[in-house]
Amino acid sequence: MTEPLLEAREVVKRYGQVQALDGANFTAYPGEVVALIGDNGAGKSTLVKTLSGVIRPDAGQILVEGSPVSFSSPLDARKYGIETVYQDLALAPDLDAAANLHLGREIYRWFKPLHVLDKAEMRRRAVTAFADLGIHLPDVTAPVGTLSGGQRQSVAVARAVAYASRIIFMDEPTAALGVVQRERVLENIRRVKDRGITVVLISHNMPEVLAVSDRVEVLRMGRRVARFTTSETTVDQLVSAMTGALTIEEP
Amino acid sequence: MTRPTLAPEAPGTQPKAGARRLHPLVRRTLAAGETWVFAALIIMMAIFTGLSPGKFLTLNDLSLNAQTTAPFLLMAIGETFVIITAGIDLSVGFVLVLCGVVAGEYYQSNGGATAGVGTIWVGAILGLLTGAAFGGLQGVAVAKLKIPPLIATLMGLGIAEGLSYLITGGHDLATVPNTLVSSIGTGSIAGVQWLIVISFLTTLLFGLILAMTRFGRYTYAIGSNPEAALRAGINVDRHLIKVYALSGLMAGLAGILNLAYFATTTISGHPLDNLVVITAVVIGGASLFGGRGTMLGTFFGVFIPELLATGLIIAGVNQYWQYILTGLVLGAAVYLDQIRRRLRERA
Repeated sequence: MTEPLLEAREVVKRYGQVQALDGANFTAYPGEVVALIGDNGAGKSTLVKTLSGVIRPDAGQILVEGSPVSFSSPLDARKYGIETVYQDLALAPDLDAAANLHLGREIYRWFKPLHVLDKAEMRRRAVTAFADLGIHLPDVTAPVGTLSGGQRQSVAVARAVAYASRIIFMDEPTAALGVVQRERVLENIRRVKDRGITVVLISHNMPEVLAVSDRVEVLRMGRRVARFTTSETTVDQLVSAMTGALTIEEP
Repeated sequence: MTRPTLAPEAPGTQPKAGARRLHPLVRRTLAAGETWVFAALIIMMAIFTGLSPGKFLTLNDLSLNAQTTAPFLLMAIGETFVIITAGIDLSVGFVLVLCGVVAGEYYQSNGGATAGVGTIWVGAILGLLTGAAFGGLQGVAVAKLKIPPLIATLMGLGIAEGLSYLITGGHDLATVPNTLVSSIGTGSIAGVQWLIVISFLTTLLFGLILAMTRFGRYTYAIGSNPEAALRAGINVDRHLIKVYALSGLMAGLAGILNLAYFATTTISGHPLDNLVVITAVVIGGASLFGGRGTMLGTFFGVFIPELLATGLIIAGVNQYWQYILTGLVLGAAVYLDQIRRRLRERA
């Protein structure tokens, strides 16, 4: 197999008495959709936060393309081309799609130290970014708070795609959506993959995981307990691994 | 290392605007708070002009209005930024007094009524710095100590008032440089009072900053969703401190103009300025929940109560109706904001 793009080795994270991650491993390869699954409290969110720079692990190593890195904030992770679509989307509802797309990465015009926003350019790039993903927004100048849940999700995904050069984490992207919107998100994931970006999908929904992922890694009690190739896997196997009936890796 | 993914590309899949939908510009104009405020202003002016043809809205009325309103307008500039971050600044009228006292104290011990231009500048700058520093400290209380803005600035209000009385011993300082009074205070340039020139230009400047720059954009973003701003890499705490410092700075500038206009520190003359200013900003369409508001709206909002007062007097109606009407307008403004929010959440 090719060299892993992102790798977590023996990552440990403790919150007081709670051992959220107990030597967890995780691997993502270039250009794949890898699903990270596990029961509530298995450590999925903690692991994702560790890998996207939101929290620092107590022990263990994170490697990007084989070399160890240390993220002290999400900004550090971004420098490595790692973006996250948060479960709550992290959008400013009063700002329009273009403003949200460029939040914290505004484009300026005129004398740069004045930080005068180049709104036309940002809007133009936003329209292009949405079109690239096949997303149709009726009006990029409408506050995102006025958009539907699915459209908002699309804005958050487009933002991540616009800046991610290596990996996008998607934390429960479909949890709050209806059936039609859910389908759109899965379509978005496929499109991102087509652009050669690795997607790490955190999900509870087994049929969804099987529909969209190439591989599945299973966490239980802060450790990776199994890895599957999706095409050779069934829902039953995934559930067994999540609940502890099946362990493929050494504990 | 970010990849320039956003390279221009023939957008063959441009979203088509629905034919039955309103043009985005029309829709946005109708949705904007300041459109309604402006409409209210026009209607009011029409009614009053109808009630007393020829008397209302002479240039003289307008400039008198604008002159007495200058300090409120300046404080409303800072308050607009604060309210857009979903904060509130109750301290403004008291910071105004404190800054006037600091400048006045400096003038009294440096030439008094005959002080020269250099002294005037130094005193004014001391006053402005006092305002900015005071506001900045309130910002630290809000951003770093996580004290709710209402309480942080209520605390600041008390401290500013106490300091003003302690510094002056409770007696207004009335030895203000003549040059300051005759120029900034009551003088004009090209036929327009300095108070108007300064307050309007400052409003324009900060209106542009709010609408066009990163500073303004971050102000909206923080008020709209602080967590999103934080995750987007915005230094939320530092920005909040700057916003409160700006509010203090504007109160300081208002304090200098107030000192120049009245030629005294008016220590006990501003107990309700904060409420007047907050009313103006909210009437102007800014949302107390943050994320919404414009400087144009605030500008209209500042003049609505003033025009109401003048209009009522000229129309021969008891002027105390002004307070009742202003209260109703304020209630209507917040109710509109609530409706807008509810509609959006349903979307």
